[in-house]
Amino acid sequence: MDQKLYIEIKNNSLPPDLNEIPVLKYEVFYDQVLAFLKDEGKHCVAYYGVESAGNLKLYCCIADDNNNIMVLFAHELNKNHLVLKSLTPVCPQLHIFEREIHENFGVEFEGHPWLKPVRYPHNRKDRSEIMDNYPFYNIESEELHEVGVGPVHAGIIEPGHFRFICNGEKVLHLEIQFGYQHRGIEKLLIEKNDALQRCVLSESIAGDTSVGHALAHSQLMESLAGIQVSEALQIERCIALEMERLAIHIGDTAALCGDVAYQLGQVVCEALRTTIINTTQFWCGNRFGKGLVRPGGSNYPLSNEVVNEMLIVLYDTGRRYSEVTDLIYSLPSVLGRFDDIGILTRQQALSLGAVGMTARTCGILRDIRKTHPFQYYKNYPVRPVIHETGDVLARGMERNLEARESVKIIHELIEIWRQKIKDIKKPVYDYKLKLNSFAISMVEGWRGEICHIAITDNNGNIAHYKVKDPSMHNWMALALAVRNQEISDFPVCNKSFNLSYCGNDL
Amino acid sequence: MFKEIKVLKSHGSQYVKNLRTQPVSALFRGRPVISGDITKDEIKTISAVCPVMAIDGKSGSIDMGRCVFCKECSFLLPEKIRFTNDYRISSNVREALIIKPGSETPVRLDENRVRKEIRKLFKSALKLRQVSAGGDNSCEMELAATGNVNFDLGRYGIEFVASPRHADGIVITGPISKNMAEPLQITYDATPSPKIIILAGTDAISGGIFEGSPAIDRRFIEQNHIDLYVPGNPVHPLTFINGVMDLLGIKS
Repeated sequence: MDQKLYIEIKNNSLPPDLNEIPVLKYEVFYDQVLAFLKDEGKHCVAYYGVESAGNLKLYCCIADDNNNIMVLFAHELNKNHLVLKSLTPVCPQLHIFEREIHENFGVEFEGHPWLKPVRYPHNRKDRSEIMDNYPFYNIESEELHEVGVGPVHAGIIEPGHFRFICNGEKVLHLEIQFGYQHRGIEKLLIEKNDALQRCVLSESIAGDTSVGHALAHSQLMESLAGIQVSEALQIERCIALEMERLAIHIGDTAALCGDVAYQLGQVVCEALRTTIINTTQFWCGNRFGKGLVRPGGSNYPLSNEVVNEMLIVLYDTGRRYSEVTDLIYSLPSVLGRFDDIGILTRQQALSLGAVGMTARTCGILRDIRKTHPFQYYKNYPVRPVIHETGDVLARGMERNLEARESVKIIHELIEIWRQKIKDIKKPVYDYKLKLNSFAISMVEGWRGEICHIAITDNNGNIAHYKVKDPSMHNWMALALAVRNQEISDFPVCNKSFNLSYCGNDL
Repeated sequence: MFKEIKVLKSHGSQYVKNLRTQPVSALFRGRPVISGDITKDEIKTISAVCPVMAIDGKSGSIDMGRCVFCKECSFLLPEKIRFTNDYRISSNVREALIIKPGSETPVRLDENRVRKEIRKLFKSALKLRQVSAGGDNSCEMELAATGNVNFDLGRYGIEFVASPRHADGIVITGPISKNMAEPLQITYDATPSPKIIILAGTDAISGGIFEGSPAIDRRFIEQNHIDLYVPGNPVHPLTFINGVMDLLGIKS
């Protein structure tokens, strides 16, 4: 009776031993997931399968956003009987996780309404599932027509296939097929048994979030290797992350203007983004911060020269960004295209388990910097920006205000950084990982919650590595948001979410 | 109206006047220079560290077509290897991307190997279709940046277009994921001849960190003539711009 039903862990805390994680019977597992996720303050961070010794172990990690903790528990299945009762009908946010487990291992989730391929990985269970025969939802009707877009799109963006079912100009349904970007990242992270190779790989999970993913990876390795980094380095990492957020939010403001043909806003914001990424390049030699975040230390400790340049650029760019966004968000021609368009309701966001910016625009406080703080955010409380309306305007304003907030955060962090001893070491690549452990690392990237999980074996090698980009939760939110919209509003809806294809496809 | 004028005034003039000589920050990781007196042991040390086997274990040369510009070799042996901020590192010859110890010569195109019709037909207008085939979106964003208000590649009639039917060539990013191999081929086939192929970024040129992954399929690269290699992780807009200008024979 007193068998533990779960263990509690904290973001980047000492990794528990694998055998500490309770393995539950599926009935108990099922009821427990349901009980936890009834609470709006909790959401599923990861639910995935790991093959071991002829069995399949399913790990489930649920975050309690009000209490800074996560709960962790597992279920084990015999590989000869891979059938489970699906949780999706009662708990829709698990839909994508169950789909992934089904695709990778062939588990049949009975009652899952949408058990379709997620990304067509090279090591998928059923090789007869191919990109060409994706089972699109369709409606037989003389009045309706289908519009297929992609995988190669009109802009310079990543590939994915969008299939709309339209009634005239109105979108009834959108289904998105992924997998074109699959490069086998998770497998490579295990096979490449070299710390530097893993760093380079993590920076390529989603190149627009190089800092976010590299930080999630570095934190993970540090917690498994028992490495503590100095406060100065923690602050520098937070500054790098905020610079990434700032650059992308400004760039997305430009793109949103571009999609509604407001050229002044587009051009000005493009130029402003350039100043930010050039400052990152001034710091570390790369406009996307590749090479900046490494486990244990840094090759590019912040210098007074860089800080001074950063302050000058931030002052000027911050002022000009405020000026142009005040203009953009006062124009009827822009507001008419943003306001009340592509609404994601709070209820939808909750049921999909939306994270990051997408959740915050629907009035849900999900921000790992605040709810499961990491690095220097543990000592520095951020002020999350929340909007309620869940439309394109909310997502635009979220970027606008978060960018301004990032400028403030960087300023304040620099002031704190000045007081700290700059004892930043060189990166550590010959770390030894804790044996037979389970480690989890979360970072609030500009899109939202990035999660990396590693399991180590008897020899301290990585036996399993799981990557979750926030896009995996949020793509379905886009599909729902465009329902009943004009198809011509799709580009601006899509841009307002700006989700990652390669982050989903891995 | 006044707000617009204020914004325009703050915006000022942002375009890069000379795309050939625009300075970039000192730390930008461009063309490496390897000291001529690098020893066998030192070569062994750095080639063991390189995450992508870009350093030849015998000669000590660095292949920019494989290099992910992490600079770890230089951190290890700063006296022997340095990365200059020379961003003009594109070439039409794959071997030209391999930098030998002692070499300080800039990377340029082999004029004799530029296909005749390229300059004849595309010098004053080149329309390109971009195909991301497993690219991580950093190269894609840098290619998009070539057309922005700063770099304004459109000034030379060079533009990215929405359809392969309108294009004179394709620009490939990413290591070519298996799942994108067919759409890439279809896009290429849909582009009218004569047409060019540009590989943008280390992933596209060699597979980069993904080389050997069972999820990629590089047959397209092996089967087709490549007109321009643009190294970088991601490519800097100026690397791409200068490479394309050289390919078309645009002096400045």
